[in-house]
Amino acid sequence: MKLNFLSAGEIIRSKENTSLLDIAKDCLDRIDRIDKDIKAFVYINRECINRVNVKKGNLAGIPIAIKDNICVKDELTTCASKILEGFKSPYDATVIEKLKNEGAVLLGKTNMDEFAFGSSCETSYYGPSYNPWDKSRIPGGSSGGSACAVSADETIMALGSDTGGSIRQPASLCGVVGLKPTYGRVSRYGLIAFASSLDQIGPITKTVEDCALLLNIIAGYDERDSTSVDIVVPDYTKSLVKDVKDIKIGIPKEYFLEGLDLEVKKAVSDGLNVLKELGARTVEISLPHTEYALSVYYILAPAEASSNLARFDGVQYGFRIKDPENLMALYRRTRSQGFGKEAKRRIILGTYSLSSGYYDAYYLKALKVRTLIKKDFDEAFKLCDCIITPTSPTCAFRLGEKINKPLDMYLSDIFTIPVNLAGLPAISIPCGFNKENLPIGLQIIGKPFDEETLFRAAYTFEQSTEFHKKKPKIKP
Amino acid sequence: MKITRDVVEYLSALARIELSQEEKELLSLQLEDILNYFETLKKLNTEDIPPTSHVVSIKNVFREDVQRESLNCEEVLKNAPLKEDGCFKVPRIV
Repeated sequence: MKLNFLSAGEIIRSKENTSLLDIAKDCLDRIDRIDKDIKAFVYINRECINRVNVKKGNLAGIPIAIKDNICVKDELTTCASKILEGFKSPYDATVIEKLKNEGAVLLGKTNMDEFAFGSSCETSYYGPSYNPWDKSRIPGGSSGGSACAVSADETIMALGSDTGGSIRQPASLCGVVGLKPTYGRVSRYGLIAFASSLDQIGPITKTVEDCALLLNIIAGYDERDSTSVDIVVPDYTKSLVKDVKDIKIGIPKEYFLEGLDLEVKKAVSDGLNVLKELGARTVEISLPHTEYALSVYYILAPAEASSNLARFDGVQYGFRIKDPENLMALYRRTRSQGFGKEAKRRIILGTYSLSSGYYDAYYLKALKVRTLIKKDFDEAFKLCDCIITPTSPTCAFRLGEKINKPLDMYLSDIFTIPVNLAGLPAISIPCGFNKENLPIGLQIIGKPFDEETLFRAAYTFEQSTEFHKKKPKIKP
Repeated sequence: MKITRDVVEYLSALARIELSQEEKELLSLQLEDILNYFETLKKLNTEDIPPTSHVVSIKNVFREDVQRESLNCEEVLKNAPLKEDGCFKVPRIV
């Protein structure tokens, strides 16, 4: 069997009889054969093969794909945007330093919605990625390339980033595991900022075990990110225990109403029953401000983005228009030609809600409602240990289906966004397939810094079901 | 909430992004849609609710004021589209 089909856990356990070099070779070979149809990668680092066996560590020789908004020293980092065309980062993100220290092999950069603005990977300057389960469909976004690469066995594991669902939604739509850690759990140093108060880097993997292995490495306080939190990082693999008897699961009634696809609803309900049969208890809870979350997010995230993206002006790096007549023309035309449609839409929207006269009605109002949304979760967690919901209201939709309807596109993150607003950890795991053989994901939301309960519930579910073992049929 | 083309023009000036006529028209419609969606927030009375800008309490990080290595000039300018004499080059300002 080709080694690219293995999980990191399987590789580590079979270390003596697996050649590390062959793992990387098999991944690169798989990429060469199928990535022309999947388009998971925007940049492939073939030199990585030379670094195998150089370093020992907990991920020695394990290939990993990196979302294109995470800085890797001397390698292209473009956020899938024209405005960062050709940009090679002069430094490593903290998570990349940690991966390199553990001997991981960086295969290259994965496709994403431009600056992570999107839920389908269609806003990438390089063109879309294609869902390995059905190439006429989107893989989700914005970390769609990372989810594709893991799902199609082009890599062993991947990193994504999640601002409103950008790890969990593509993981769900591609049938893999994706975790957004608690805000502050993982350093954002070297992650090109979209919305600084919401962004987190996290793992996209084939199994819950791999997810724990990867979080073990990337988590922790970093003095270079003042929003990272100095709390001891436990060994998350210790939570890989098949036991949910003492876990009480909250089921928010607001998440199972209209708009939810019936097949998704059924798969998630069946998933809950699996955990109940294994001894978990459930309780109905209410998150009354859920209906406001999308509005709050689409005020706050673009506001922060419009400010974060001010630095792209054609002076320090990336794309720059030719022969501007003055400085203002340089800025205005570089940004006009360098940013894609969705990036412009978000910058303009964010500029609106921050502009004088509208600040109180939009930005400040949204910050206040964010408090209410967070309080909803605080109250709910008095009654339960974790919360289970669908990850996405539907399975993967078709390419082009929502790209010209921004609001419809935004609604596909309705179950993931509240988690970012409240800064909580959440994991998406495969929990079924619809009639068209498209994957369905189940989201488990935890208390702040309690990734351990998520891993325990997710692992128990995974070990009791077969969904994660099913692979998309891809013609080589 | 009506978003006229003038408003979009004003925003494009603030955001330093030149927009074509076509883009302005499309954006004014789309922004109107999105802002109308936000109207739902008005249902909530938030007068006494404090705002949350970050979910974790953030404190400043201090370090000793000692010299340490940083990127050298060459590294800093490596990605610059135009440079001259160790500086980023921009159109004449004065």
